[in-house]
Amino acid sequence: MAELVPSSTLPNDKVIEVRKVNKIYKGMVDNQVLYDIDFSIERGSFNSLIGASGSGKSTLLNIIGTLDRPTNGEVIIAGKDTAKLSKNQLAELRNRTIGFVFQFHYLLPEFTALENVLIPYNIYGGRPSKEILARADELFELMGIDKVKNNLSTKMSGGQQQRTAIARALINRPDIILADEPTGNLDSESTLNIYKIFREINKKYNTTFLIITHDRRIAEEAERILEIKDGRIVTDIRK
Amino acid sequence: MLAPKLALRFLSSSKGQTALIAVGIAIAISVQVFVGTLILDLQKGLLNDTIGRSPHITISSADDNITIGNWEGMVTQVQGIGGVTVVSVSVDTNAFAIKGNRSEPVLIRGLDINNNDKIYRINSAIYQGLRPTKRQVLIGKDLQILLGSKIGDVLTVETAKGTRSNLSISGFYDLSVSSINMAWLITDLDTARSVFGYGNIITSIELRVKDPFTADTVAKKVVTALNDPHLKVVNWKDQNKALLSGLQAQSASSGMIQGFILISVIITIASILAITVLQKSKQIGILKAMGIKDRDASLIFLIEGALLGLVGSVLGITFGIGILLAFITFATNSPLKLSIDYIFLSESWIIAMVSSTFAGLLPARRSASLSPIEVIRNG
Repeated sequence: MAELVPSSTLPNDKVIEVRKVNKIYKGMVDNQVLYDIDFSIERGSFNSLIGASGSGKSTLLNIIGTLDRPTNGEVIIAGKDTAKLSKNQLAELRNRTIGFVFQFHYLLPEFTALENVLIPYNIYGGRPSKEILARADELFELMGIDKVKNNLSTKMSGGQQQRTAIARALINRPDIILADEPTGNLDSESTLNIYKIFREINKKYNTTFLIITHDRRIAEEAERILEIKDGRIVTDIRK
Repeated sequence: MLAPKLALRFLSSSKGQTALIAVGIAIAISVQVFVGTLILDLQKGLLNDTIGRSPHITISSADDNITIGNWEGMVTQVQGIGGVTVVSVSVDTNAFAIKGNRSEPVLIRGLDINNNDKIYRINSAIYQGLRPTKRQVLIGKDLQILLGSKIGDVLTVETAKGTRSNLSISGFYDLSVSSINMAWLITDLDTARSVFGYGNIITSIELRVKDPFTADTVAKKVVTALNDPHLKVVNWKDQNKALLSGLQAQSASSGMIQGFILISVIITIASILAITVLQKSKQIGILKAMGIKDRDASLIFLIEGALLGLVGSVLGITFGIGILLAFITFATNSPLKLSIDYIFLSESWIIAMVSSTFAGLLPARRSASLSPIEVIRNG
C-alpha cells in the first residue's frame, strides 16, 4: 500500500479546487442547484460551509467528495482533475485522500467499532499491520471511546457511534475531511467535544477540514466561512 | 480482500434467513439427487435386463448355409477393433430333445464356455451341477421341470436330418428368461459340432463392447474390417429401437425435472440476494463512499451466492443420500435396486455450486450499480 501520509505538507498549497462548477438535475423540469461555484481551499485549513436547507451545500460537498459529478466545471482534489479519473480511480482517491463524516454514522452493524474503523484500510491494504492497529488505538483514545472499541457498532450510544465514524474517516490519514453536519444528531456538549477533536486533528496531522453546519456558533470557530445561498457562494469570510 | 469477509459477516449476521435459504436449497437439491438416482437406476435396470446377458454385436452368416468357415482370422481381426471387450464364437443349431415320448424343440448352443462367460455369465446362472465338458449338456430350469431331469440323466437330441446323439446332463441353469430356460441346451463347441457332423466351423461370433451405446458405431467398424458380403452384422441398438427411444424419453424427462429444480434454486437465491442488496444498501453505499470498487461491491453477492450454494448443496446431497439409504434399507420389496452413483452426485454438486454462483450475478450487478449518493442523500 502506498504511503498514507499527506502527499505534501506545504502549508499553502490548494488541496481542493472548484472551478466554475454547475450542477443541474435533469428531469421533466431541469433543476439547477449550483451556479458557477468557484473557490479553492488550502491544505491544513479549517473551513465551514453554511447555508439554509436546499441551498446546495450538501450537493457541493458530495461533488467535492467525488460521490457526485458536476454537470460542468472542474473539481481538482489534491492536484488530480477528477473529471479525468475512472470510477475505480475515483474510488481509490476517496479511499486515500478523503474521509467522510455524515450526519448519520453509517457504521456497518455487522462489525465491531474497531473493525469498522479498519474498513477503509482493509479496502486496499488487506490485513492491518501493527502500525495500523496502533494508529486505530490512538484514534480510539483521542475520541475517548477506547473502552467500547470491541463492541458491535449497534451496542454503542449515538455519540460513541459518531466518534467511531470519525475515527474511521481518519484511519487512512486522509488529506481532507468532508463533514456534512457531523454533530446534527448530538447534544451540545458532545458537539463541542467533537469540534475540539476536529481542531486537534487539524493541527496534529495538518488535515484539511470542510464542514457543513447549521450551527452559526460552530461555524464561527472555523478559519474561513463560506456561505451558500440558492446555489451560489454569497459570503466568503476569512479570519 | 474485504469482499469474502463482508459476505460471511452479512450472512452470519442474519442467521435465521441464511439457514432458511440453505435449507430451501438443500431440499431442492436432495429431491434432484433422489429423482436423478431413481431414473438413472431405472435405466440401468432396463438396460441390464435387455443386454446384461447378451452380446452387443452378433456376426452370423448371411447365406442359407448358416456356417462360417475360416473364422479364426476373423476373430483376431475383430479383437483388434477399438471398444471391443469380449469376442466369443458359438455353434448354434436347432434340434429336438427327446425323453420318453416327449419331444421338445431346442437350440443347441455350442459355446466357448470360458470366453463366453463374460457374455451370458452362465457360471453364475448354474444353480445345480457343473458346467459341461465333452458330450455333456446344461439344461434350463423350465426344461428341467418339464422333463423331470436329474444330473447325470442322458438326454437324446435329434437333428433336422434325423441323426440322434446322447448327451449327459451336467447341470441346470437359470438365465431368468423362461423362453431361454426352455430352449437352450448349452454345451461346448466340439460337442455341438459332433452332434451336427460339422467340421471346424462356427455359426456366429458374439461381441461385447465397452460402452453399449457405441455398439452401432463399433458394428460399422466390424463390417468395414471384415468386408465380407456373406456375413451379417447386427447390434442390440438396431434390435431394440423402442427401448432406446424409451430410454431417451426418460433421460429427457429426468433432465427436465432436474433442470426445473435447478431453475427454482437459482430463482430462490437470486430473489433473496436481491432483497439482501436492498437491506444492505446503506452498508454498500458507505463502503463505496469509503472507496470500495464496484467490482468488489458485486463480488460480495457472488460470494454470498456461492457460499449459500456450497452449504445448501452439501446439505442437499447429504439429505439426498439419506433418502436413498432409507429407500435401500426399508423398501426392500421394491423392484428398483437403488445404488449411490458418486459421479452423478459430484455432477449434481458442481452444477448446484455453479448455479448458485450464477444466481448471485443479478444481485451483484445491482450492488455494483448502487450509487452511494442515493443512500447518503436519503439517509
